[in-house]
Amino acid sequence: MKLLYFALFRARIGRGEEELAPPAEVKTVGGLVDWLAQRGPGYRAALADRRLVRVAVNQDYVDFDHPVAANDEVALFPPVTGG
Amino acid sequence: MIRVQREDFDPGAEMTALTQGRYDVGGVACFVGLVRDMAGDKPIAAMTLEHYPGMTEKKLAEIEAEAHRRWPLQASLVIHRFGRLQPGDRIVLVITASAHRQAALESCQFLIDWLKTDAPFWKLEETPDGGEWVSARDSDESAKKRWL
Repeated sequence: MKLLYFALFRARIGRGEEELAPPAEVKTVGGLVDWLAQRGPGYRAALADRRLVRVAVNQDYVDFDHPVAANDEVALFPPVTGG
Repeated sequence: MIRVQREDFDPGAEMTALTQGRYDVGGVACFVGLVRDMAGDKPIAAMTLEHYPGMTEKKLAEIEAEAHRRWPLQASLVIHRFGRLQPGDRIVLVITASAHRQAALESCQFLIDWLKTDAPFWKLEETPDGGEWVSARDSDESAKKRWL
């Protein structure tokens, strides 16, 4: 699974992109966020407040109950601030 | 039309180009977003705009298509910059053209309101305390909800 992190999340996690193979029990975005948050203090800090976590799977916004699969591109980022 | 670019743009030249040779356009609306030199009470030396290449273009194209579904538009253009910008620099341009003013004005506001909450851009401001990521505003979300 290709993971992308942007803005504050990239800064906290310390990288913008990585390939990971989450365990089989990770079936949804919510499960993935829970699993990632265990990976270290940077991940935990970035993902601590779930209300401030936005997720895109294959470049579309999704909710936490959306399924994730091995070949997905999953991006995690804070609420957007363009314009 | 959507453009995501590092370079500056010329709003007048873009507006001229968008309506060149067309005689069905009666009204053109334009919004230009600029970098302010203050964030609340903190001076800003510069800001860096980061985005999600690929998804940015996709979301902007979806937002633009939605504007064309809602209003009878002859043409539209959205340009959004990324990279490091200084106070006074242009960030974003929205131009809409229609036979009549109401559709042009409303769709222009719709586009800027929606892109603020849906297009994956993030601003990092350079303040005297160091770099600070801008937080999303509730007022941006309520500006979008007006159009739901």
